[in-house]
Amino acid sequence: MTLVVTPARLRFDQPLPLRSGASLSPYELVYETYGRLNASRSNAVLICHALNASHHVAGLTAGTTDDTGWWDNMVGPGRPVDTGLFFVICVNNLGSCFGSTGPMSMNPATGKPYGPDFPVVTVEDWVRAQARLAEALGIERFAAVMGGSLGGMQALAWSYLFPDRVAHCVVMAAAPRLSAQNIAFNEVARRAIVTDPAFHGGRFYDHGVVPERGLQVARMIGHITYLSDDTMAAKFGRMLKNGDYGFSFEAEFEIESYLRYQAEKFSRYFDANTYLLITRALDYFDPARDHGGDLTKALAEARCAFFVASFTTDWRFPPSRSHEIVKSLLANQVPVTYAEVAAPHGHDAFLLDDPQYHSLVRLYFDRIRQTVGA
Amino acid sequence: MSQAQTTSGPALRPDLAAIADWIRPGSHVLDLGCGDGALLAHLGEAKQCRGYGVEIDDAEVLACARRGVDVVQQNIEEGLEMFRGGRFDVVVLSMAIQATHRTEKVLREMSEVAAEGIVSFPNFGHWFHIWSILLGRMPVTRQMPYQWYDTPNLHLTTIRDFEDLLEKLQLKIVGRVFLDEGRQIRAMAGKRATQALYRFRR
Repeated sequence: MTLVVTPARLRFDQPLPLRSGASLSPYELVYETYGRLNASRSNAVLICHALNASHHVAGLTAGTTDDTGWWDNMVGPGRPVDTGLFFVICVNNLGSCFGSTGPMSMNPATGKPYGPDFPVVTVEDWVRAQARLAEALGIERFAAVMGGSLGGMQALAWSYLFPDRVAHCVVMAAAPRLSAQNIAFNEVARRAIVTDPAFHGGRFYDHGVVPERGLQVARMIGHITYLSDDTMAAKFGRMLKNGDYGFSFEAEFEIESYLRYQAEKFSRYFDANTYLLITRALDYFDPARDHGGDLTKALAEARCAFFVASFTTDWRFPPSRSHEIVKSLLANQVPVTYAEVAAPHGHDAFLLDDPQYHSLVRLYFDRIRQTVGA
Repeated sequence: MSQAQTTSGPALRPDLAAIADWIRPGSHVLDLGCGDGALLAHLGEAKQCRGYGVEIDDAEVLACARRGVDVVQQNIEEGLEMFRGGRFDVVVLSMAIQATHRTEKVLREMSEVAAEGIVSFPNFGHWFHIWSILLGRMPVTRQMPYQWYDTPNLHLTTIRDFEDLLEKLQLKIVGRVFLDEGRQIRAMAGKRATQALYRFRR
């Protein structure tokens, strides 16, 4: 059964105070829902998206034949997160470029797109916006909030920002804060964008151009960090497109043309200002920072049960980063199940359908269903 | 010490039942090498205990998830650092110590993460093992169903040797149970026990 979905849109006029001190109003959130909210409103699951993704988590967008959701193997009828049992919501985050208010939206103060004037948003700001949407939809408490990578950080933030409004927190391939190396990769990506002459200080919309080169390099850098060395070796190795060296600087190796292809595709649909904003949100995420660097204290408010998973070949957020989260949860004596999945695909593994991983998520959602009466 | 089952659920392995008898209701328990989570599931139902299992094996991790037992997928040999802040009442290592590489380190770390430790192991001093070796064969038994070349058991011990190690680590023995094929015995345990269970404190 194919799930056909149509995104919805909700406008909020009450200003959203942001971590930076700025505030945003009005703003719109684009979201999708799957399945049905039960009578006791106890079966709602919020999925949080990562850097490149949108609200379109599962199913096929109405009126298209190939616009499948980014986590369609995980969410849907009969999937580990079964939309026959759960009411699933995914929200496009503020500052993103898939319909919610972001840099491409009209700034009411100027009548022009926000561009670089769109306020810097944080993971916590996103979560507060998601919470307002939940209120508007009549969901007092989520059965689970779930995400991978940056989405996992949002799920984690839910646990301490709204401890009474989430029963289970599902955190995949995440980290409690970026390392210097993680920030360094983000900085290279941002420099590629802002030094592209077509960027025009973020006002490229006014010039009718897109900083494609910068976006492409940013995407290449990011993409490399999502894959494992082994995956790249298995998929591309040292394969040459034309079988032999051409003694040029064209894309001769298969990995080169793959990266260029992915990057070009990305630069056609992703917004450069959004890339800056979302990587900054990643950099700033650090719940322990407000607690003297003590993650255990930062998570002390959390009342929910946790499922945390990492992937052995993920070098962007390796298992050791999930260990930090688990260690703090153990110290707080909250229920936690932690799986270290032996998958070869690097950071991207959280999006793939490894059988052990999917079995564990399925079993965990069985448990959620039993505890919340979904 | 009674071995009677405290719940009507599926029968708990006798050594696990004996361990459960030592654990006070409401305890916060860490079960190292927890297998399918049977002990923790029992303790949760029968004694309102809370806690976590630690298991490396994928299939066992799934089995724990199936029971709804919280499990942390980790190799206990890599250290118990992750569990240090957990303030556990009891840490259990059942029928796994003989398969550890750094046995001394594991015992020391156990004593550091919880107020009380419980260890069970197959008694290598059992008469059948001696008999087997006299006949020129490495022992293969129900407790240790392996050939010498494929056994995971690296550090086999007798009851006396195990007590010596606890003494060396300055761990105080506060309980002992010896089982012969699941039945509790008292006399001649060194030769008759197939399994030995120890309870210790710092």
